[in-house]
Amino acid sequence: MFARSSLNVKNERVQGLYRTLFMLMTLLLILPVLMILGTLVYKGGSVISFEFLFSEPTNGMTAGGIFPALIGTVWLVSVALLVSVPLGVAAAIYLSEYAPDNWFTRVINLAIINLAGVPSIVHALFGVGAFVLFFGIGTSILAASLTLAIMTLPVVIVATRESLQAVPYAFREACWNMGATRWQTIRRVVLPNAVSGILTGVILEVSRTTGETAPIMFTGAAFFLPFLPESVFDQTMALSLHLYVVATQVPNVPDALPYGVALVLIAMVLLMNSLSIAFRMYLRGKKKW
Amino acid sequence: MASTTSSVAQSSALKNAAAQPDNADFDRRNLDWYIDKLVQVIVFIGGISAIIFIIGIFVFITREGFGFIFNTLDLGEFFTSPRWRPTSEYKTTYGILALIAGTASVTGLAMIVAIPFSLGAAIYIAEFATGKTREALKVLVELLAAIPSVVWGFIGLTIMNPLIIDIFDVPVGLNVLNAGIILGLMAAPIMTSIAEDALKAVPDRYREAAEALGATRWQVILKTGLPAAKNGLLGAVLLGVGRGFGETMAVLMATGHAINLPDSIFDSVRALTATIAAELGETAVGSDHYQALFTIGIFLFIITFIINLTADLIVRGIRKG
Repeated sequence: MFARSSLNVKNERVQGLYRTLFMLMTLLLILPVLMILGTLVYKGGSVISFEFLFSEPTNGMTAGGIFPALIGTVWLVSVALLVSVPLGVAAAIYLSEYAPDNWFTRVINLAIINLAGVPSIVHALFGVGAFVLFFGIGTSILAASLTLAIMTLPVVIVATRESLQAVPYAFREACWNMGATRWQTIRRVVLPNAVSGILTGVILEVSRTTGETAPIMFTGAAFFLPFLPESVFDQTMALSLHLYVVATQVPNVPDALPYGVALVLIAMVLLMNSLSIAFRMYLRGKKKW
Repeated sequence: MASTTSSVAQSSALKNAAAQPDNADFDRRNLDWYIDKLVQVIVFIGGISAIIFIIGIFVFITREGFGFIFNTLDLGEFFTSPRWRPTSEYKTTYGILALIAGTASVTGLAMIVAIPFSLGAAIYIAEFATGKTREALKVLVELLAAIPSVVWGFIGLTIMNPLIIDIFDVPVGLNVLNAGIILGLMAAPIMTSIAEDALKAVPDRYREAAEALGATRWQVILKTGLPAAKNGLLGAVLLGVGRGFGETMAVLMATGHAINLPDSIFDSVRALTATIAAELGETAVGSDHYQALFTIGIFLFIITFIINLTADLIVRGIRKG
């Protein structure tokens, strides 16, 4: 054995110091947020009841429940998924299975990155300019959902592309050697092996879409509508916008009510996200190649 | 009975196989071939949809802001005047300097909060933490990144606001400090995971070589890990800036929404994004005010486009080199 020199000891001490420093920084990043979440649960927990979830707001939104907003969010997210999932999966299949490695593919990738980086309020302006006015859809679930779909498209594309690329290339080669066309290979070999990964991405998108507020403010979500939407051409309330409204726009709201709305919203989002993460870990454990 | 059917099927299959070379000189354009081509076209449309949407966003917001840009807009006033008075009875002025100052001050403070903590956390997660701790921290960071911006705004409004009034003894707690911290906490998880990816992308052989020379883990990180991941880390910071610039609901609720060139972090300000969110609902379609808001949108689009493009070029530049 070598004897530990004083330099070794000093180096190790320095390392220990930095290790502790960075650990503290990590904890400082995470702990305040956990405390904030704890406060939300503490203050909002008392509001949550069966009645809160399943009745409509009353007395100028200072009392009652959030049922129309919950249903509205379900509408918005579902319609957005109907658009973005097929489109996003198609885009990912193109990028993973067809696209050559050239400048055009780089431009597509750049567009995807930028689409994810465009401010949400600019997406809202686009929604107003394109869907509400130019295509004449008007402020409606359809216009809001289309805006949301375009905004969250990169989430689906990136997740799907990753799970498609995780399928070993040898699987495709084996299938082509049997005389299958490209599409047959994708449909029978690549997609079945990637479908659970795609699902993870879709759950993640549901979570993102649920929390978005700015893009739906002017395209289809209303401050207050006492009745439920009947078609995609109706306006609707939404949980995220409802939180903004009861927190800032309505006078004389009891203190606990917005906490309750925030708690329901964050519970939905974090639940979806945890589900997606858990699903991903389960798949990683099950993987055979 | 069963055997008869199968032998019939077999013989017909044989007949088909035998007939194929005659009827179509190895022409493989059967139904499957056409389906394959059709699918190729469909997925190509999906592939270019991102480009179409980016162009579409630019075209449609420019279309709405067009009239204002060419008729009313005074570029000098727009960028240098701090007076945003679109509804003034006396004289309407459209100056976004105060709004730019609001966005910049909040984003700047957010980066001062987020950069050290997210880089520190990224180094800890990527280099020091192991096994279950590492997985748990990664999951936590991912969950923090998922908290919606309207919830962050609500936190600024209800939890941070009284806290700042108490601690610093100031009359208003909705100010640069509040929004900066909120935005910093929002941006940090995303910056952490991108920075962590960048550190993880440094080849292990670099670390092994340094360790073989007798370096401690900290020396390995400082002398090989960080320099090698430099561009990825810079990209992470830039994406954080882009996110801060574009954030809407949180800054709308936590800044105090007052048009102001801030002197200190306790001044209320107003951000570019928040102005659009607060005023678009009250304007008449096609009015100057309405078009001016779209012009701010164009400005935001261009700025974030440049930031994202630069971040991508920096990150990709290293990956190729």
